[in-house]
Amino acid sequence: MTRRLADSKAVGVLVAKLAAAIGRHNRQVKNLALVGIKRRGVPLARRLAAGMRAGRKARVPVGAVDITLYRDDLQMVAEAPIVRGSEIGFDINGKTLVLVDDVIFTGRTIRAAVSELLDYGRPEAIQLAVLVDRGHRELPIQPDFAAKVIKTERTDIVDIFLKETDGRDEITLTRT
Amino acid sequence: MKLRSRHLLGIEGLDRSEILTILDQARTFREVLDRTIPIVPALRGRTVVNLFFESSTRTATSFSLAASRLSCGCVNFSKATSSVSKGETLLDTARNIEAMGVDGIIIRHQSPGAPHFLSRHVKAFVVNAGDGAHEHPTQALLDAHTLREKLGSLDGKRVLIVGDIAHSRVARSNLLCFTKLGAKVAVCGPPTMIPPDVEQYGCKVFYRLDRILHEVDVVNMLRVQQERITSSSFPTVREYRALYGLTVERLEKLAPEVVVTHPGPVNWGVEMDFDVAEFSRALVLPQVTNGVAVRMAVLFLLAGGDAQADKAG
Amino acid sequence: MKAENKDRLLLRGGTVVDPQKQTTRRADVLVVGGCIEKVETSIPAAEGTEVLDCRGKHIAPGFVDMHCHLREPGREDEETIASGTAAALAGGFTRVCPMPNTEPAVDTEAQVRYQTRRAVEAGFARVHPVGCCTKARHGKELAEIGSMVEAGAVAFSDDGSPVSDAQVMRRVLEYCKAFDVPVISHCEVRELVEGYANEGRVSTRLGLKAGPDVAESAQAARDVLLAEFTRARLHIAHVSARATVDIVRWAKARGVQVTAETCPHYFTLTEDALASFDANYKVNPPLRSGDDRRAVVAGLADGTIDVIATDHAPHLKGEKDAEFDAAPPGIIGFETAFSLGYEKLVLGRVLSLADYVARLTVVPRRILNLPAAAVTAGSEAELVVLDLKAEWKYEPSGVLSLSRNSPFLGSTMRGRVSAVLLGERLFRL
Repeated sequence: MTRRLADSKAVGVLVAKLAAAIGRHNRQVKNLALVGIKRRGVPLARRLAAGMRAGRKARVPVGAVDITLYRDDLQMVAEAPIVRGSEIGFDINGKTLVLVDDVIFTGRTIRAAVSELLDYGRPEAIQLAVLVDRGHRELPIQPDFAAKVIKTERTDIVDIFLKETDGRDEITLTRT
Repeated sequence: MKLRSRHLLGIEGLDRSEILTILDQARTFREVLDRTIPIVPALRGRTVVNLFFESSTRTATSFSLAASRLSCGCVNFSKATSSVSKGETLLDTARNIEAMGVDGIIIRHQSPGAPHFLSRHVKAFVVNAGDGAHEHPTQALLDAHTLREKLGSLDGKRVLIVGDIAHSRVARSNLLCFTKLGAKVAVCGPPTMIPPDVEQYGCKVFYRLDRILHEVDVVNMLRVQQERITSSSFPTVREYRALYGLTVERLEKLAPEVVVTHPGPVNWGVEMDFDVAEFSRALVLPQVTNGVAVRMAVLFLLAGGDAQADKAG
Repeated sequence: MKAENKDRLLLRGGTVVDPQKQTTRRADVLVVGGCIEKVETSIPAAEGTEVLDCRGKHIAPGFVDMHCHLREPGREDEETIASGTAAALAGGFTRVCPMPNTEPAVDTEAQVRYQTRRAVEAGFARVHPVGCCTKARHGKELAEIGSMVEAGAVAFSDDGSPVSDAQVMRRVLEYCKAFDVPVISHCEVRELVEGYANEGRVSTRLGLKAGPDVAESAQAARDVLLAEFTRARLHIAHVSARATVDIVRWAKARGVQVTAETCPHYFTLTEDALASFDANYKVNPPLRSGDDRRAVVAGLADGTIDVIATDHAPHLKGEKDAEFDAAPPGIIGFETAFSLGYEKLVLGRVLSLADYVARLTVVPRRILNLPAAAVTAGSEAELVVLDLKAEWKYEPSGVLSLSRNSPFLGSTMRGRVSAVLLGERLFRL
């Protein structure tokens, strides 16, 4: 049974809300950069950067990390066809990074992404922004910014669709 | 995408799409090597062994480095320091090492088929790092990777392999790899160094270098083995260099976009002149760097993927 | 393997194969006191006569394997004369000729006597040793050929190694004329051989160290010319190459006293089997191309190749379970030879059954000057009972040889030896 939690319009509102929260919190921060987690964290980070441009002098750079090589389950070969690679086109040393993903669940992806970022250098700080927090954490990791918190069962599936990757903006919950 | 085989025994067993999978993966790892901390935890907790029955500093080092960049443990075993000299068989050695709990065995052996033999007797995955005159698949993959970096694609490219085709595992693996990737391959060497029925690889054969050299996009020089010099495969080094050597004079006559590769180590002054190294189109050093990325890709694809499944979130 | 003693035995209902006359006929065979008493269409079983039901089966003289390796003395871990002759008997071979490349080599009369005696003690197949033609098989000085003939050696060879020196080969051929014994030539120009894969398409692909067919045929050419020149008797061992078949055919047409043998693996397998790098396909001479295989079959068909021998060469699992280069060449063959030849040559319509049996019986006996084989009244019983309809799986557990190095293990075979009668002793298989 699949239920729609947000349509295109609602997703737009959530993204705008998230961008505003990040911008507000980092008003004083000069060296701000966003890093999206592949795949859907990346377009989301780009949208957030665009949404934050209004209130800032400089453009906020956006990078991407592919956490496949940092995961703690070695199923990746079967799952991920090819490691797509990380693309961080700026020096992260001394920067305040906002790690962006579409949804936070167990926290393991975030753990892997943080590990990877630290191999690129020593950022000033790392914050975490997600569109949806669906709970059921397995690690002591909490988002600094979550546009929407959803109560779910462990076995529920939360799907986030974005225009850039899926052709539409939508959030659904499937109960199994 | 998984490779069909658990082992990498040769290019022979790979199809075009598997070769491209490895090369695409290698491209990702090439980026990892440029990071501040060029190590990823992908194979943490895994261990491989370099089981080298023939000395080879660069291939063994390249595999060790590839393993360590993936956080994979790597132990080295060489013939000199082992009980092989005490009459231990390959099977004994391999089973002993496996009993120590390694996940993969990277083997270099003077006997063709030794990795295939091993793969039938051990549970670990086996990577062929050179078996006699048979195959050297990771060398072929890194050559292909280097050429793809430089030329974009090998489709329709004309590649000439020059030297001792008969006794070269690099020649065999490259013939297979380049033709699978769409290149038109020719081989050139004295008839004493061309094995019978080499045309089965779909290549043309030339005995005179100057008749073909001007028609190619890539020149893949092979090393002249020391023992060939004394086995009447050719009269003298002087004559070999004159007929089959990539001299500066020959290089200068080539079109500027022609690239030169060599698996190394080079016998400078025999198959290539010293000064050839100064030309940027001689891709000897990029080949070495790419070797690490390609071997990371191979280890990653073979070693990954059987631990406890745990969906990330 | 156990023998049952039969004073009076009637083999009833079988078909008797006469390889001499090349005929087969329905007949019962009565054996009394180890001798054939009667061969008639129908013999009633008198009281006190045991009957062996041979309905649907064939009865032929015992086979002779003129080329095998029994490893004793020296490598009794691989095979002994007792185990080897038992395996031979299981394959229908009542007489075998072990090659002298033991450790030490059989180059004296004492060693010839030793091997013969060990075989008598074992009580299975009879052994007719092949002696060295040169001392210690070094290819330099003649061995004591005359004394070895006295002791029972039936042929001379340095098998395993060629006699490379043409002058030595000439002397061996000449000298053997005094005793009317054949010289068996292991044809291999060593300088041309780097390893035991056939040099060609497959060795190129696999990068295996190889030897070309010309390594065999060039020496065969030299040796037939030397045999012609010396007017001596020459036998070419294990023919594997088309060019060798052609040379033997040419030499026979010229009237050279040359005979030749091949082995089941050369008319059943080709070099393509090496793709697995399984050392059980490593033999010397190497498995060659499909074209060579066809030439060997054609050579058998037109009589250019006279004899089928096994080149039974036992090696331990530990020796063969190795990388291709490290494993010794050779495979066991006693227990599969008849079935392989039956399927490939008889069912494959290359040879008639009687002609096929001749290549295992009368022809090698003639070459080796052994008493003629026949299923006729008055001769000593030395018979095999063949079940040509049998299909059986060649399994390691059933192998009587001490070694298991056969590429045919696991294969289904057609036709088998179901019993062997040596005098009064009946071996049921």
